[in-house]
Amino acid sequence: MKNANETIGTKLLVNGILLLFVLIWVTPTMGLFLTSFRSIDAMSESGWWTAFSDLGGFTLDNYRQVMDTGTRSYTTPGGRQVAAVGGRLGQAFLNSITVTIPAVVIPILIATFAAYGFAKMKFRGRRILFGMVVAMLVVPVQISLIPILQDYQKIGLAGSYLGVWLFHGAFGLPLATYLLYNFISTIPDSIMESALIDGADQFNIFVRLIIPLAAPALAAFAILQFLWVWNDLLVPLVFLAGAGPGREVLTQRLLNLVGQFGADWQLLTAAAFVSMILPLIIFFSLQRFFVTGLLSGSVKG
Amino acid sequence: MRDVMTGSGKELSLPAQIGVALVRLSVSIAIPLLTFLVLWGGFVFLRDSGASQLVITAVAVFWGIGGVVCLYWTAYWFLTRIPKKWRPKVEPYLFIGPAVVALAWFITIPVFRTGYFSFFDRYSENWVGLRNFAYIFTHRTMLIAWRNNVIWLVFGTGFSVLFGFIIAYVADRSRWEVYAKALIFMPMAISMVGASIIWRFVYALNPDIGLLNAIVTAFGGTETNWLIVRPWNNFFLITVFIWGQTGFAMIVLSTAIKGVPVELLEASRVDGANNWVQVTSIVIPYIKSTIMTVSTAIIIASLKTFDVVFTMTQGMDGTEVLASQQYKQMFTYFNYGRGAAIALIILLAVIPVVVYNVLQFRKRGDI
Repeated sequence: MKNANETIGTKLLVNGILLLFVLIWVTPTMGLFLTSFRSIDAMSESGWWTAFSDLGGFTLDNYRQVMDTGTRSYTTPGGRQVAAVGGRLGQAFLNSITVTIPAVVIPILIATFAAYGFAKMKFRGRRILFGMVVAMLVVPVQISLIPILQDYQKIGLAGSYLGVWLFHGAFGLPLATYLLYNFISTIPDSIMESALIDGADQFNIFVRLIIPLAAPALAAFAILQFLWVWNDLLVPLVFLAGAGPGREVLTQRLLNLVGQFGADWQLLTAAAFVSMILPLIIFFSLQRFFVTGLLSGSVKG
Repeated sequence: MRDVMTGSGKELSLPAQIGVALVRLSVSIAIPLLTFLVLWGGFVFLRDSGASQLVITAVAVFWGIGGVVCLYWTAYWFLTRIPKKWRPKVEPYLFIGPAVVALAWFITIPVFRTGYFSFFDRYSENWVGLRNFAYIFTHRTMLIAWRNNVIWLVFGTGFSVLFGFIIAYVADRSRWEVYAKALIFMPMAISMVGASIIWRFVYALNPDIGLLNAIVTAFGGTETNWLIVRPWNNFFLITVFIWGQTGFAMIVLSTAIKGVPVELLEASRVDGANNWVQVTSIVIPYIKSTIMTVSTAIIIASLKTFDVVFTMTQGMDGTEVLASQQYKQMFTYFNYGRGAAIALIILLAVIPVVVYNVLQFRKRGDI
């Protein structure tokens, strides 16, 4: 769109509205960020919006405590004795990485093969099967929780990471197949035909041509799936239930901390920030791929 | 080796021929067996191993890639062993097979199994007819959940799309577009559990801690525990959802708005149209289909909403929604019948969107 020659008035109006929205969107996160560095006394005595009037109130203790496993007592700058119960987020952080990486990796290759099959091969049932894949993009995970939990209890996967990987992997398949289908469809047939004439078969073409060409789409899916798995609460809540507190992922741990830390906002805010740091880094450094993926797969809820 | 076997088979003596056949047979068994061992061995190891987490994760990544490579390698090997004229017929199914099997196990079949369970009691043992559904449509808590889901759907979706559109539209005309969009998009990257903690902090009762109460008391109001005021607390939960989803709506709508031809706008400007007329009579009609896509995606998200409710209130004080009730029926009350019935209802609510999606695809000619 981009309309040329705007008047000063419209420029002010446009930027004013934009600034208002940005402020509303950023302020809550700013509060979280600042509070996570404030001591308990500073936090309870004055609002975070006054934090910069007393620069002595900043500390890293909150982060130490939420990452800690045990309990220790210390004296606050205000002179009070405090018993600090660790938030065990360090372990939960590792657990989240453990859950997320295989859940991203496992579906990728399977989906790429399927997408190539759907996009470039002719076979009976192609339309109906691909129609089902598209329909599955929006099937809510709730529909599978009870049957799959029962299966897992029978084959010993309840409460295991493997169960979570397979579940997340399977529910990532429709999106991955769909994204890659869109991408592979745009690769001209002539490239494949010339390879076929040179004596390559479909498997050769797939490995040598399609996978390298599809790399951007693979990256887009990997980022979407990473954020989705990392940020998900329901699936670990169901399939890691009973695995013990040592196996909780960040979102589960965070949910429990809301109860444990109650009004200790300096701790809750630090904990929340720990859970966000990795997705934020990935998001800001790989935003381009993220947006591409989102635009072509915007139907997944 | 294959050349030796096929090329000089005629001249071989009988024992040699038997030997060749045995080698072929053992290869035919060994390759699928090897694949099976890799897949099954990895599965058992990952399920039962007490090794350190780092080792298990590394094995899982290798298993996830290596196991799948083995699987397709076996398929390929199989393909080279069957008569050439069958290959094009079999090949596509080898490509899509693993995905279809996984989707069938985890999604397609569970739809029917959940449907089946929804007619049984809490232990999935005794047939109860429609009693679970009667519960869903008559019990007080469920009625509250229904009402709230409608509120979520209407206000959550409505405001996310509205704000997303406004921001996309003004950002397109500002030189700060890139930065503004990145900041508003940021909540998309974080979990709804984290987002809920951010907003619980904003809503905190103490006006020296909670920003909202600080503002309210500064203007002479009294501090309020926003999360327990029925029914308005629902809107404070939906705020978190809108805060998260607006960025998504903005990004998708922004791309569409950039596609509106400048000539159309300039022509209307010459005709004396102001900004408002341009937006309502040119921009919105032009990007109507994108608005539909975004709305359906957010509607689905609002129907499935769970994390926000569970972190903010656990469904107390009249904030229950379908998904939080579904989880509670499963894990708090251990009633699989009701849990399955609610899951089925959520799916049925989503189905119009599924149909819409598939129809869109049909239009494009892909299916």
